[in-house]
Amino acid sequence: MANLVARTACEGFLPVTIGSVSLSEVVIEKMASVAPFKGKEGAVSTALKEACDIAFPAPNRTTSKGGARAIWAGQGRANVIGCDLPDLAGLAAVTDQADGVAAVKIEGDAAEAVLARLVPLDLRAASFKRGHTARSLVNHMTASITRLGPKSFEVMVMRSMAQTLVHELTEAAEGVAARG
Amino acid sequence: MRVVCPHCGERDRREFTYQGAAEILDRPAPEVENDAWADYLHLRENPAGETRDMWYHDPCGAWIVMHRDTVSHAVHGGELASEVRK
Repeated sequence: MANLVARTACEGFLPVTIGSVSLSEVVIEKMASVAPFKGKEGAVSTALKEACDIAFPAPNRTTSKGGARAIWAGQGRANVIGCDLPDLAGLAAVTDQADGVAAVKIEGDAAEAVLARLVPLDLRAASFKRGHTARSLVNHMTASITRLGPKSFEVMVMRSMAQTLVHELTEAAEGVAARG
Repeated sequence: MRVVCPHCGERDRREFTYQGAAEILDRPAPEVENDAWADYLHLRENPAGETRDMWYHDPCGAWIVMHRDTVSHAVHGGELASEVRK
């Protein structure tokens, strides 16, 4: 039997600190994409509330309680992280995604300035608050961007794009840092 | 150009992919005669002004029926294709 080595998506690339921002990997142990079937949205939300204490998020929003959180992930779909899902047979299409994504936390005074170079959205606190998430682009790459705190964001992309994401964020952070 | 996604609001054009005229939603029944199918597949209006066409919002995966103006380039808004054609 081959001896397989478990590696996280950004292992070897992160963490790094550039100027006033630091990039670190968010290691996701449990994550599933949940896509309720037509007309079952309410039932799925109820089941999630009972099992994980979080509701199914509205578009561009997240819900969280304790270690469990749900991030809206596009039309009719949310990524549920950090909780054991209830049995959603007949209610929703559920796909394990724990190994499917790379998530990076960017935090620091210049986090907004760094993302402003890559994301075509206004991510400043006045319009993008805690609990808000967006499906958008990081340069040319589709990504999910979520505000975690006053100076921190989580950027999630497909796992195969992990190194590209780190490259984009590093380059933008270096550009911001060079301006002082 | 700014395009409207019913879920995400006004977004930059680079987040979208254009598909074609919204007539694509009015698919004839399978048993309908060939002429109707030929029209559906090949005949398109070429309007100057108000138009409805299909756009895909790549990051969120929504198909949108966009209402816009080809003369003024104004984008009036969009509806989800899943709502337009239930």
